[in-house]
Amino acid sequence: MANPSAVCNGHLHHHHHQKQNNLLKSGISKKNGIIKGTKKNGVSNGTLYKKPFIEHFEQAPMYVAVFTFVGFAVGTIFGYLRDFMRAWGLEKRNIAAEREQQKDFVPLYQDFENFYTRNLYLRIRDNWNRPICSVPGPQFDLMERVTDDYNWTFRFTGRTIKNVINMGSYNYLGFAETDVNALKTVTIELEKYGTGVCSTRQEMGTLDKHVELENLVAKFLGVEDAMVFGMGFATNSMNIPALVGKGCLILSDELNHTSLVLGARLSGATIRIFKHNNMQSLEKLLRDAIIYGQPRTHRKWRKIIILVEGIYSMEGSIVRLPEIVSLKNKYKAYLYLDEAHSIGAVGATGRGVVEYFGMSPNDVDVLMGTFTKSFGAAGGYIAGKKDLVDFLRTHSHSAVYATSMCPPVAEQIIRAMRCLMGLDGTTQGLQRVRQLEKNTRYFRRKLHEMGFIIYGNDDSPVVPLLLYMPGKIGAFARRMLEKNIGVVVVGFPATPITESRARFCVSAAHTREMLDTVLNALDELGDFLHLKYSRYSKSSHPELYEESRLED
Amino acid sequence: MAAVAAGVGQQWVLVEMVQAFYEAPAYHLILEGILILWIIRLLFSKTYKLQERSDLTLKEKEELIEEWQPEPLVPPVPKDHPALNYNIVSGPPTHIITVNGKECINFASFNFLGLLNNEKVKSAAQASLKKYGVGTCGPRGFYGTFDVHLELEERLAKFMRTEEAIIYSYGFATIASAIPAYSKRGDIVFVDEAACFAIQKGLQASRSNIKLFKHNDMADLERLLKEQESEDQKNPRKARVTRRFIVVEGLYMNTGDICPLPELIKLKYKYKVRIFLEESLSFGVLGAHGRGITEHFGINIDDIDLISANMENSLASIGGFCCGRSFIIDHQRLSGQGYCFSASLPPLLAAAAIEALNIMEDNPETFLLHLHKDSLRISGISGLKVVGESFSPALHLQLEESWGSRENDVKLLKRVVDYCMNSGIALTQARYLEKEEKCLPPPSIRVVITVEQTEQELDRAASLLKEAAQSVLN
Repeated sequence: MANPSAVCNGHLHHHHHQKQNNLLKSGISKKNGIIKGTKKNGVSNGTLYKKPFIEHFEQAPMYVAVFTFVGFAVGTIFGYLRDFMRAWGLEKRNIAAEREQQKDFVPLYQDFENFYTRNLYLRIRDNWNRPICSVPGPQFDLMERVTDDYNWTFRFTGRTIKNVINMGSYNYLGFAETDVNALKTVTIELEKYGTGVCSTRQEMGTLDKHVELENLVAKFLGVEDAMVFGMGFATNSMNIPALVGKGCLILSDELNHTSLVLGARLSGATIRIFKHNNMQSLEKLLRDAIIYGQPRTHRKWRKIIILVEGIYSMEGSIVRLPEIVSLKNKYKAYLYLDEAHSIGAVGATGRGVVEYFGMSPNDVDVLMGTFTKSFGAAGGYIAGKKDLVDFLRTHSHSAVYATSMCPPVAEQIIRAMRCLMGLDGTTQGLQRVRQLEKNTRYFRRKLHEMGFIIYGNDDSPVVPLLLYMPGKIGAFARRMLEKNIGVVVVGFPATPITESRARFCVSAAHTREMLDTVLNALDELGDFLHLKYSRYSKSSHPELYEESRLED
Repeated sequence: MAAVAAGVGQQWVLVEMVQAFYEAPAYHLILEGILILWIIRLLFSKTYKLQERSDLTLKEKEELIEEWQPEPLVPPVPKDHPALNYNIVSGPPTHIITVNGKECINFASFNFLGLLNNEKVKSAAQASLKKYGVGTCGPRGFYGTFDVHLELEERLAKFMRTEEAIIYSYGFATIASAIPAYSKRGDIVFVDEAACFAIQKGLQASRSNIKLFKHNDMADLERLLKEQESEDQKNPRKARVTRRFIVVEGLYMNTGDICPLPELIKLKYKYKVRIFLEESLSFGVLGAHGRGITEHFGINIDDIDLISANMENSLASIGGFCCGRSFIIDHQRLSGQGYCFSASLPPLLAAAAIEALNIMEDNPETFLLHLHKDSLRISGISGLKVVGESFSPALHLQLEESWGSRENDVKLLKRVVDYCMNSGIALTQARYLEKEEKCLPPPSIRVVITVEQTEQELDRAASLLKEAAQSVLN
């Protein structure tokens, strides 16, 4: 890691050049109707996009990857050493053991399966599952916990760490709140309905509250009908199997959420994966699928459905929706869009990526989203044409077998959505959307300026900051907590092995002071942990940040 | 090359060739060079290309793309589809329920203990709402773990007398996530054919080898276990790493009867198979304290490897939990998909569940004695038979004999349900996805008994059902 600044300078021109090259290439290929999806730099595509579409996936210098692997190698060697010591009784075994009576059963876990958990994850386990004891608003209170046995177990001290700045919760619009006035209707409905429903939608669990919510969701999204479900994860995993089955083809983005992957698997359809947000890869799969049909039999596919997300929660990237819609129309495929992170979070009035790109909700066949994030509630929806929703009412696994949504939770969604639509008679909802946009741009711009490598779209409130090395995951999260800032860190297997990262979720509820506190802490820590890997200086792309757009 | 012919001896030939090479004109050499290259090319290239012959031209490809017509995304649903028009409940689905504008006594919701409308539960939820708001805005790993979750897990573990419990935010996702956390491709799961849909989906997600045994038929299960044993002897190396599980329900959702747990335990130790037990209906219902089927049979809970139940029936909240030994349960904290990748349970629902548990613990007898009223009152209806144990609070009424087709049967039962509903008893048919179920149960009316129903109400329901059956079936 000697003289990093020299490395930076040495590569600067090269990179800048490459960027221009990519832009040029995409300019040419656009004419041929094929869109070049480049991973490294932003591409603005003038024909389909109404505004610049800028995403960053800057690659770190080579030495970073080398040191990352060295880090993992050292961890692995020590892991083996300690496993050896545990096996010979030189180190105390803390692992919960099988019952004596069942020692001769086939082992429930293979030893190697848990190697990573036991030897690498365990060392930094204190950075996850940190229990909180307040509303997950812009600041929260953490329960202080300590470990006496190197993270095998935790002990609560009984103290709370007050007012930690929350950069981890998906509280994009700040609807996770305890304001008495805001929660007034929720309180009333809780008093009226209680918490449970004790039946499924098809049997005796469709309440007037659900009908009200579904009508409102349809109105909010500008579609014919909508159906709501009690859990966001299950909305995907229990409805995709109703829509597609054997003889159908699912084209799925490689970074799709587990719930989409599970839903696809449970459907029994053939699944093919395209490169993340890469339109060439998607188009090739589409063409090949139609031309060659099903494997071996060469029968025609019954239907082809494309599964994508609005905002990818680990990359901060936004789906290239205009291009996907034009591809889907060209090849007569269907589009299933999961707006878990994007609904409420992007678009001029918070109506998700469809609005963000200035498109019509009718361009997307299946609009799916969750209420966990922007709406500060729980559950999910599927919306679209009446035919689609009617079909789901009769065939959704969730409608037949799962308990319906808790009524006060439904009311929380209703009140947040009404606020967003301005039906509460205020412009508060709109202000929240604007504030989120402002906060996002400010936070991202500052991080760029400081020289961190951050991924994703400039308008995405999900901001991944690359840490790379495994040792830095723990160091980063712990030191941020010392500065009273709660962050989320993610490593392998949630990310590629060399791309461990911290992820910030910007919220409309964050004040400028809070963001500045976080940014100052990051600036300091970035120097200390040597995290400022970016080889762009701010001047290399000033066009991305127009001051006028930030300060209104 | 003519010079070669003048050569005298063999040894001179080579020399002369070299000489000729020097003397030959340039165009000649180039020509020969090209010829040699041509020969090499012919030698190494295939005579014809299979690939090229079957390759489609760009035009053909475009035509194929043009021609392809997909099926519609969803087929149209007929307006009179039996499942399309839901019953709409106005207000809370409690003992007295307003269905489609008509006030009824509720015999349809799984509110066994009547906790849905309990004031204490509501005020606990209210207090939680005040403190935490509604949503958690994150999965358990990323600041979605609240002190209430930890408390609920501890309470559930204590109540069930197990080492550890883990909560999920959706009842269905609990067993559906738990099974694939342990059972992987290549492992073997022995499962009762009457198992509920959540178990079926969990098994499908696990991609394990599934062996169905006849409902509650221990001889059939043992036959399968024996078969597997002899299979194992053929390939002991594989057998050493093939995990095996039995998955059963405490009280079956689809049949209303209970599993023969003592026999299952015997088989477990005999054939070294782990038992996963789904107790969504039996939790809070069976046993002197409502601990479920293990308490009902007086079985040591540690003999069951994993117990899963939802909190959506007896506890009248939302979500589910798994409990057992830490050795087993803790694994789900990194491997349970519905646990790791989903937002956690809203704190107010966890608080409601804790309070419901408090009430259950404080005076179990008030609930459980009332619950096990003689549900046989419902029996003796001509044309309809009761399916399920007499002490089960969730029964099925099936047609004694089918009227030709499933469709007809469903229509008839619907008329019975409508008849009762018009006279103030809310019932529902048990709903299934007919094409998705592994072993589709016959159509039935679900009758749910709760502690809130009085003897008179039960009698009224029974006499109404008799009347309805009389008018519809005869």
